[in-house]
Amino acid sequence: MGDARKVLIDPLVDNNPVTLQVLGICSALAVTTSLLPALLMCVALTAVAALSTAAISSIRNRIPNNIRIIVHMTIIASFVIIVDQLLRAYAFETSKQLSVFVGLIITNCIVLGRAEAFAMKNGVGLSFLDGLGNGLGYSVILIIVATIRELTGAGTLLGYPILPLVSDGGWYEANGLMLLPPSAFFIIGLLIWGVRSWRTAQAEHPDYRIHQVHRTEVL
Amino acid sequence: MSDAKGKIDRDSIGNVLFVAIGVSLVCSVLVASAAVILKPRQLLNEEEFRQRIILDVAGLYEPGANIAELYSSIEETSTELASGEAGAVYLVMDDSRIEQVILPVEGAGLWATMYGFLAVEADGNTVRGLQFYAHGETPGLGDQVDKPAWREQWRGKKLFDANGETQIEVIKGFAPDDSEYEIDGLAGATLTARGVSVFVRHWISDEGYGPYLKSLGDKESQ
Repeated sequence: MGDARKVLIDPLVDNNPVTLQVLGICSALAVTTSLLPALLMCVALTAVAALSTAAISSIRNRIPNNIRIIVHMTIIASFVIIVDQLLRAYAFETSKQLSVFVGLIITNCIVLGRAEAFAMKNGVGLSFLDGLGNGLGYSVILIIVATIRELTGAGTLLGYPILPLVSDGGWYEANGLMLLPPSAFFIIGLLIWGVRSWRTAQAEHPDYRIHQVHRTEVL
Repeated sequence: MSDAKGKIDRDSIGNVLFVAIGVSLVCSVLVASAAVILKPRQLLNEEEFRQRIILDVAGLYEPGANIAELYSSIEETSTELASGEAGAVYLVMDDSRIEQVILPVEGAGLWATMYGFLAVEADGNTVRGLQFYAHGETPGLGDQVDKPAWREQWRGKKLFDANGETQIEVIKGFAPDDSEYEIDGLAGATLTARGVSVFVRHWISDEGYGPYLKSLGDKESQ
């Protein structure tokens, strides 16, 4: 079971798809203005990642090499449509806020990456856990970013007021910047910095170094 | 397990066709059944959302309110349009007096048909609000039509001038602060804004609800 545990836990911090591999940034910027849509997006992506990696793994020995990507896409797209239909039936308002981003899970590099890199080589159970783990790794980052953005940008969490706003007679002046996409860049950048300072093995070596120039000519 | 299956030549034409057709079939059955099974619930949501937008555009909606209960106070009626078709009209009543009328408007945006409601006061001329319940405009650009700040601009604008000429218009750039008829354009969504302008003007013209609105105005001034 050591393997299963590793496959599930590793993507949370040590091999996080967002902070280490820097994948899935587009949706991380777009759906994190408030916590509720971010949570729904996490559930949607995790479900799609886990189910599609399991499905792909179950037929991995039959998938022909030259059409494998299109087979992955078909399976992932089907799960995405089903999840999207479920959201429209049971979480209508929030699904409107998520608009195109649920559909865009089809092209999310995390899902396709796990299908190609892991599910094609491992068993159904492990692949399911791998999809689940990577979905959760993505979710951890989304939830952190969305919590910071909603709290500082609107003074609320899940719509409930936490910091009383000046406009409602409180003391907190909402920071509109936090509701705009650039703030997600800043927060994700700081998270990556934080994680790589903590787990120094994740820091990348520079591609080249700038050497000090030893000037010989007289200026 | 992999030994038994390993004998299949994965890249043979037969297997390529088998997998391609098999995966497509299974996936299409899954997708189709999800769509069919969930359809009734989704339609219910759409209808409730449409009612909410009607209440919202009339300024009657409060978050968390019971939509069905609020909506029951709105009277659905219709008027004959120039084409001979019946045009739906939603009346908000204040006792037995009409307080405002809500007209469905729809037309081409940039990508798809936009569906919404225009609320007009009892004088048949002053706009209460314009709000869409379905559109396919670009997220971040055309979907600025849903932004409260933009929608707020419609409130209080006049559809017609004193001579009954249609004047309301979404212009490019910013409308002057004291403008009675003009609404700011949408940066990055010129075509969406132009579409909205064109079809709102169409629906209040003689081919649309123009005659109905003018008859309201006449009644009001009597």
